Amino acid sequence: MKDYEEYFRTNRLPHIWCPGCGNGIVMKSIAKAIAKLDLDQDKTVIVSGIGCSSRASGYMDFDTLHTAHGRAIPFATGVKLANPELNVIVITGDGDCTAIGGNHFIHGARRNIDLTVVLFNNNIYGMTGGQASPLTPTSKKATTAPYGVVDRPFDPCQLAQAAGATYIARGTAFHAAQLPDLIAKGIQNKGFSLIEAITPCPISYGRRNKLGDSPAMLKLMSESAVPLTAYGKLAPEQQEGKFPIGVLHESHFGEYSKEYSHVIERAEGGQK
Amino acid sequence: MSKLIIRTNRCKGCNVCVTFCPKKVLALDTLGKIYAVDEASCIQCGQCELRCPDFAIRVAPKEAK
Ligand SMILES: Cc1ncc(C[n+]2csc(CCOP(=O)(O)OP(=O)(O)O)c2C)c(N)n1
Ligand code: SF4
Ligand code: SF4
Ligand code: SF4
Repeated sequence: MKDYEEYFRTNRLPHIWCPGCGNGIVMKSIAKAIAKLDLDQDKTVIVSGIGCSSRASGYMDFDTLHTAHGRAIPFATGVKLANPELNVIVITGDGDCTAIGGNHFIHGARRNIDLTVVLFNNNIYGMTGGQASPLTPTSKKATTAPYGVVDRPFDPCQLAQAAGATYIARGTAFHAAQLPDLIAKGIQNKGFSLIEAITPCPISYGRRNKLGDSPAMLKLMSESAVPLTAYGKLAPEQQEGKFPIGVLHESHFGEYSKEYSHVIERAEGGQK
Repeated sequence: MSKLIIRTNRCKGCNVCVTFCPKKVLALDTLGKIYAVDEASCIQCGQCELRCPDFAIRVAPKEAK
């Protein structure tokens, strides 16, 4: 097995992220998942959108695409359809994936195209200084919600499941030993996979919400994340403020690029 | 052989490794960079490397006895 650092563009380190930003932990977990599966570096493409988290593609030594805000999934769809042999991994933030890119997200899931989407969920627009995203919890503060967010957040895992994703998992930066396995399983799934990785943004989110520094935010994750089976056994009032982690959903459905190849065959054969 | 490999130039002093080290091996120096105060106590558990967001600390594999 290769060492995970062999998948980094080490000449570009140290990275740009703030002290204690969890993005580095999630990026390392992706590299470890790739190492574990021993993926061919020349047949693995990493596509990201825009945001602090989306900068991760620039530090990873693969064919990488840093695209437009919210558009990582469309670019990745194009890459996958042009060459279905490739392993295509998408790196996206909560704003990138569920606000401006929300429609692309649900339709990628609906198509069940073989992409592995790693959603870096820091509950905020980090890069632009802390505007609320669709994953900012109700009553948490943001520059766009100085008195607290009124809206309910999406549960991106439930959203993906309703839209048709065939593998869904959730992990956290605190549970960094488990995260690579959750990502590796998503890469192995032949279909649309979502791995929601909860990660601390101490600067644009933690500070405004008095959640403390990065170690304090990681500790909070360790207290609020509960393995799925144990979570299911909690009474509704005990589930308050907690969330399940682990593999949340697996199902089977035809994969889009494979189904599309049949269309190509039919068209080339002149049949309808 | 040293148990910890520290790349000071990558460390941003976030205190994550210090907080989660079970043996109080690590500390930040006056410039906010990580160093081992007590490397002898290190049990090479890997907790520091696991969550360092800056890839600044590596733990050498335990040598076979
Ligand atoms: C079309 C467009 N609209 C708005 C922006 C400004 N913008 C840059 S990053 C960002 C939000 C990023 O938030 P998120 O996706 O959660 O990533 P994070 O920075 O938190 O990792 C926004 C709104 C942009 N770059 N392009
Ligand atoms: S603003 Fe937040 S997400 Fe962006 S680099 Fe800083 S800590 Fe990380
Ligand atoms: S390997 Fe474990 S004991 Fe050693 S410094 Fe790291 S966290 Fe501490
Ligand atoms: S976790 Fe990494 S960056 Fe943070 S203080 Fe420790 S060595 Fe430095």
